[in-house]
Amino acid sequence: MIESSHVLGLLKVVFLVYIAIVVSLIARYAISITKPAKKKFELTAYHGKLFYGWMGLLIFVGVGIHILTFNKIPWVKWDLNRDKIKADKEFNISIADYKFTLPEKTLVIEDGQTVRFNLDSKDYTYGFGLFRDNGSLVFQMQVVPGSTNNLVWKFDKSGTYSIRSTEYSGPKGGNLLVKNAVVVASGPALAQLILENKTQSKTN
Amino acid sequence: MLQVSNLTPLQRVALRFAVVSLLFYGVTILEGMLMRVHQINFDLMDPDHYFAIMGAHPMVGIFGSSFMLVFGAFYFLVPTLTKKTIYSQRLAELTWILMSVGVLIVWLSGFLFRYAALYTNYWPLPVSKEFSPYALGTFAIGNITIMAGIFIFCYNLFATIFHKRDEKEPMWPMLMSALGIDGFINLYRKITRKGTEKEPIMPLPIVAIFRGSVDTILDALVLGGISVIFLYHAAYSLMGTPQSASWFDALIYKNIYWWGLDLIADGLVLIYVAGTWYLLATLISGKKLFMQNIARAALLVELVVSWNVWGHHLLSDQGQPNLMKIVSGEMVTAFELVTMGIAVFITLTTLWQARPLKMTPQLKFLLGGILGFSLGVPAGIIQADLGMNRILHNTQWVIGAHAHMQLLVGLGMTLYAALYTLFPMLTNDVKLKSNALTNFHFWAHLIGGIGMAVAMGFAGMDGMLRRTIYPADATFKTEMIVAAFFGSLMILAYLAMMYNIINSIGIRGLIEIFIKLPALKRKAEPAIQT
Repeated sequence: MIESSHVLGLLKVVFLVYIAIVVSLIARYAISITKPAKKKFELTAYHGKLFYGWMGLLIFVGVGIHILTFNKIPWVKWDLNRDKIKADKEFNISIADYKFTLPEKTLVIEDGQTVRFNLDSKDYTYGFGLFRDNGSLVFQMQVVPGSTNNLVWKFDKSGTYSIRSTEYSGPKGGNLLVKNAVVVASGPALAQLILENKTQSKTN
Repeated sequence: MLQVSNLTPLQRVALRFAVVSLLFYGVTILEGMLMRVHQINFDLMDPDHYFAIMGAHPMVGIFGSSFMLVFGAFYFLVPTLTKKTIYSQRLAELTWILMSVGVLIVWLSGFLFRYAALYTNYWPLPVSKEFSPYALGTFAIGNITIMAGIFIFCYNLFATIFHKRDEKEPMWPMLMSALGIDGFINLYRKITRKGTEKEPIMPLPIVAIFRGSVDTILDALVLGGISVIFLYHAAYSLMGTPQSASWFDALIYKNIYWWGLDLIADGLVLIYVAGTWYLLATLISGKKLFMQNIARAALLVELVVSWNVWGHHLLSDQGQPNLMKIVSGEMVTAFELVTMGIAVFITLTTLWQARPLKMTPQLKFLLGGILGFSLGVPAGIIQADLGMNRILHNTQWVIGAHAHMQLLVGLGMTLYAALYTLFPMLTNDVKLKSNALTNFHFWAHLIGGIGMAVAMGFAGMDGMLRRTIYPADATFKTEMIVAAFFGSLMILAYLAMMYNIINSIGIRGLIEIFIKLPALKRKAEPAIQT
């Protein structure tokens, strides 16, 4: 399944190639414009066609990117249909006074499960983002007070993730980080984690 | 050297705007570098201080620098292009004073009271206990003062365009022309071959200025109105009876606020920029604008587009209806690629008609501006997509690859192109002393701006958030060091430009733009003996 890291990796390449192309074109144009024209410029039907062709290309790119991501990036459909999707697991998380309150110390997810995150803010606008160990972003959403803030995500890769608020909520908001809050696992590792969570909740 | 006594009042007021703008720009890049150094993990300040700078940074940059330079240029250009007198010189003077004072007050709200709800001001953070009522009140007063300056500017500008002191033009055709409707009518006539095309009454740059100023008014209405609410809360808190913040739904507020705020980023800036490109292209090439009816019509389309694109700021807000996300956030926003693409095409083709052109500073900076928008607008379109927004929203990509690329390279270089074009007009042909410094300004700003924006974009793709500090965390240190290196180039570019300008007009000339200095004593001449 396509992950955010794949998309972002591709974006890096596309971004660099795009910069190289645009810089080259403008540089080429800048050099050419200082040189005399081979023949006097005259407006012809060709220029009109060129203009409308250019407009067509821009419309194609502008609309095409959305069609492409709708078909290739799985979380677009999860998001648009999230009210109809039956999740395997549901976590209710609240945020108040610059603190996350999680239902369990560690949110344990079985590899392959579809999860619904329900977020509730008691005071300010926060964000809810899941990050990998290397700091890269898996997904994020805004957590607006008084709003329904939920997100459906399918996990198909084992790993440990941290939760961080992705929205500025005042100078104290920078501390809104829970390291290793989400663990996706399968097999014996999963069983061990579930056991640890149960022991923890009994102790509390 | 500048002889201020020979300047017209219009030249002088435009120069006042320009000087204040460049000084505020200096403050903005200094703030930017302070934050950058802090991001590299030099522990310069506490979070309160850091975010107070972050709150002031865009306000000073947008209203103190960009708006100020644009307003100064337009105060000079509108009467010049329409061949009319300015409606009110006093109101023009009042504009720069109000805006300067307003920006200074906003800056003080951060410097003295650590107000730091940032430019987004998401409800109810500004009116919460996080900031003192003094901080909130100072910010609100500063913002209201800025918006008052903006209203006065727009009023004075519209009055200048439409006043009938010098001729008896009927109002309705002037208004039609200012809105660009005559561009549509000409297009219709051309396509249907019914009737002949008529020369529009309003010059194209005036159409852009008028159209952009409609967005400017709407944006000032929203930002000013919200500041009045802030002032109300601050006043009650100061009296010891803080008001409940629950009366305003946070998501509705966010929609209203972004509708107004986005009129700057996706409205007036793009429209003003297109108009400036068209003006510069015709001035540099000496040719009529290529496809000017399309350009006029596109400016009207851009105005309507700009009223309907705010949804791309709320693609990650799950309470926002999906339909609004798709229509406003994705589809209408994608049209910005089209309207900006039209402006790029028309400008480049107009210049192309006049080959060979000399690569003057004006032309160089104009092409730099086009390059900046060509890189920054598509970056914005990418994040204005449901799939991409989920992994890019609020990362450094948004503020780096998109916003700073557009503002510093796109808008910045366009404004410098205008500045280098207007400089001789405003100073009665004072020549800049060093071409080498102008060239250095161009290359250092261009490479610095693109380099910094790209480094921030990569930090964003690696997961670094905007508006977040990472104390004792070196995950994004490399990207921030690269961004700091390129940011330093921009500071050097600024210093080179300022030195060149001040050296050319003289310190005395610079001061006399604002206050009259006593006449210099001349050396006593030897008595002539007869």
